[in-house]
Amino acid sequence: MGLQIIKPDTKIDFVGLRKIAFIVSAILILCGLGSLLIKGGPKYGIDFAGGMIVQVKIDKATDAASVKEAVKEVNLPGLVVQSIGLEGDHEYLIRTSSSDITSEEVRAKINKALTDNLGASFEIQRLEMVGPKVGADLRSQALEALFYAVLLIAVYISGRFEQRWTAAAVMAAALGGCVYGLGLLDLDMGWLILAALFITVGLCWYLKLNYALGAVAALIHDVLITVGLFSIMNKEFDLTIIAALLTLVGYSLNDTIIVFDRIRENVIARQGKMPFGQIINLSVNQTLSRTIMTSGTTLLVVLCLYIMGGSVIHDFALALLIGITVGTYSSIFVASPILYGFGPSELKAAEEED
Amino acid sequence: MQSLRLRAIIALAVVLLGLAFMLPSLPGVKDSSLGKILPGKGVSLGLDLKGGIHLTLGVDMKTAMDNSLARLGDDLKASAREQEVYILRPTVLDESQIEVTLIKGEQKDTFESVIKDSTPFGIEQSTPLEGDKIKYILSVSPKYRSEIEKLTMEQAIKTIRNRIDQFGVAEPDIRKQQDNRIQVQLPGLQDPERAIKIIGQTAHLEFKMVDDSADLKKAQQGILAPGRELSSLLHRQANGSYTESPIVLKKDAVLTGEYVSDAQVRLDQWNTPYVSLTFNARGGKIFTDLTADNVNKRMAIVLDGKVYSAPVIRERISGGSASITGNFTREEARDLAVVLRAGSLPAPVTILEQRSVGPSLGQESIDNGVMSAMVGMALVLAFMVIYYGFSGMVADIVLILNIMLIMGGLAAFGATLTLPGIAGIILTIGMAVDANVIIYERIREELRRGLSASQSVAEGYGRATLTILDANVTTVIAAIILYQFGTGPVRGFAVTLTLGIITSMFTAIFVSRILFDLYLKNRSDNAKLSI
Repeated sequence: MGLQIIKPDTKIDFVGLRKIAFIVSAILILCGLGSLLIKGGPKYGIDFAGGMIVQVKIDKATDAASVKEAVKEVNLPGLVVQSIGLEGDHEYLIRTSSSDITSEEVRAKINKALTDNLGASFEIQRLEMVGPKVGADLRSQALEALFYAVLLIAVYISGRFEQRWTAAAVMAAALGGCVYGLGLLDLDMGWLILAALFITVGLCWYLKLNYALGAVAALIHDVLITVGLFSIMNKEFDLTIIAALLTLVGYSLNDTIIVFDRIRENVIARQGKMPFGQIINLSVNQTLSRTIMTSGTTLLVVLCLYIMGGSVIHDFALALLIGITVGTYSSIFVASPILYGFGPSELKAAEEED
Repeated sequence: MQSLRLRAIIALAVVLLGLAFMLPSLPGVKDSSLGKILPGKGVSLGLDLKGGIHLTLGVDMKTAMDNSLARLGDDLKASAREQEVYILRPTVLDESQIEVTLIKGEQKDTFESVIKDSTPFGIEQSTPLEGDKIKYILSVSPKYRSEIEKLTMEQAIKTIRNRIDQFGVAEPDIRKQQDNRIQVQLPGLQDPERAIKIIGQTAHLEFKMVDDSADLKKAQQGILAPGRELSSLLHRQANGSYTESPIVLKKDAVLTGEYVSDAQVRLDQWNTPYVSLTFNARGGKIFTDLTADNVNKRMAIVLDGKVYSAPVIRERISGGSASITGNFTREEARDLAVVLRAGSLPAPVTILEQRSVGPSLGQESIDNGVMSAMVGMALVLAFMVIYYGFSGMVADIVLILNIMLIMGGLAAFGATLTLPGIAGIILTIGMAVDANVIIYERIREELRRGLSASQSVAEGYGRATLTILDANVTTVIAAIILYQFGTGPVRGFAVTLTLGIITSMFTAIFVSRILFDLYLKNRSDNAKLSI
């Protein structure tokens, strides 16, 4: 046999570590939420907030401040200039908020201002303008996408984990009904998503869909931490970040499913012969090698993308990098302990008898 | 267990098919003799990779509606006059109503039958006024309204397409979207500023008579005789900017751009470019009569509400042509000729969204993407061989096949590869080995339990397959939703991610199993397996 990072007889007591894990997770989530609260919600990129970005590549070394100084005379509202990409690229992003000036006027004016004031040749590589109306549309579209993802996945996993498709149907109907009812209240999509999440967690708990509960909790955990860290790092949310978040949702569940499947298999194999906590520990340890290998290769390629993928894709890769790390951690330290906490009652009862 | 040979043939056929579709994407193959016999044209690149402009235009439907209601009102007035029924100037109230006043109340029945027979209007309300007048509020049905909206959109799209064709862009993509929006994609364009100017200009051309008797001072204070309007005459300065001076025009256009059949750039004796217009037969006749009737008066040439010039008519002009002068640069004149030839937009359009990427950044993105894919792939390949030995090599072979199938699939389905799409492929490189890892870890467990190599392989694949299948379902759900709601580049990501998951399951479960079976076929039961 080839290399083994994790020895076959590894026995780490993950369930025993759950309190530490919960504290770590709670700190991460609270920091993120705190940052979101202080900053008044996520920082939207132009896709969602509207506005304009102009990406310029300059031939000689300079800094964001001098670029800002050079374009100051154009009098753009909410002007922000930041350096992007790697050190030697000399690429800058000039960002403005929505205004009545047409994008072509801005392009012409920036062109002129840079030619006059910079004393270096440059190229406008990219210009993106999103009007406020389109921004609002894209925002509601993105939220709608997240919403339906939550809805569909909640139904899928509630049926999938315990093969209780009747429960899943009840879940789907209840969720659909609640959401329809809330929809009549004309709530903001963001609140609707939160409501759907809470209803999902509540229904999982009520219907005793414990595996689904663990998976959904891990999922919310991963997305919350990623969004929070993005807010702390002052990164902007745009369409590609939403795509990254949705991918994380898929990835996080994928990881959790593999672990939970093993737990179920072991529960059936050792019916009543082993306490539930030990079964969970055994299963997480058995799949640990796989979890680390897969996350390892995935992180490896995402890291390549982050370092070499270029400025346009940088934040997207960062979101994946954070999310996959957090997702791996959560499928080991969060999803399974939650399953233990809310675990199948008959198993816990058996354990107490021991 | 299906026969090994049959499975090998199926796998080989799929791989060859993928290869046939993938090869044209490689530089050098497409134009070679091999490229001619292969199916498809290779993967098409999105605007963010090959450079170009993406525009979302909003058609100002309210103006379009008002314009067509005003036109219908004028038609009504004309139809009524044929019956010797006279009404006061119809005014547009809102998007589906107009107000007209009938001068002689006794003509009520005749007027109402005119409305019924020759217009799409229905009578909403009629109120008798003093002096035997009757005020009518007329409206069009919602069905007629949506008909107008549809026509407006169609005409706008047709006009924009005409203009882009004249501008000469290869493979433009113009499509209607919801909410009276039009999406325009122009690949590989060098001069976005000009393209946008040409696409966005309403180019509503009118000829109006100048009222030189009007008092300009009073007009600027808003005191105007009925049927007159205040407009601005443009004067181009040497540095290219414009100054404006007030001018009073008669409101009714005597001739419009609809009668223009051709527009060309010409040079006058001082080598200044101007645009020469040729009218169609009907327009030519109107123009001849008009100039004959108005000798020594001034006629204004109005484009999008601005007066470009207001020359004095010296004599009757026959021959059906006129010219627009305005100290244009050659490029401005050429662009103006383009928009006039292509016709005016039925309503003003505004640019709601614009994304333009220069060709150099596009190429940079491709290079970066390919570079990170290569390095990431090399690392993963090396990692797998180090960790799993021979079996790692099997995983590596199927991973390479997998990337090939993704590219082939993209080409075969005519999907567009975008920058996030490349990211999706790179992500797949990392995630695709997951299936192999799950299977291999299981095989290792079975070997540890003391099963033979071939038993362990059978057991490992058997137990892991279902887990792999449904672990991937959640990612596919996320990807499908992304595709449904996403736009352009994000869609590209959803496509490559979905395709990558499907092909990776095929290669990792189906193809790698064949390789193992081939390897173990002629070996004894207690042969060792490097895993």
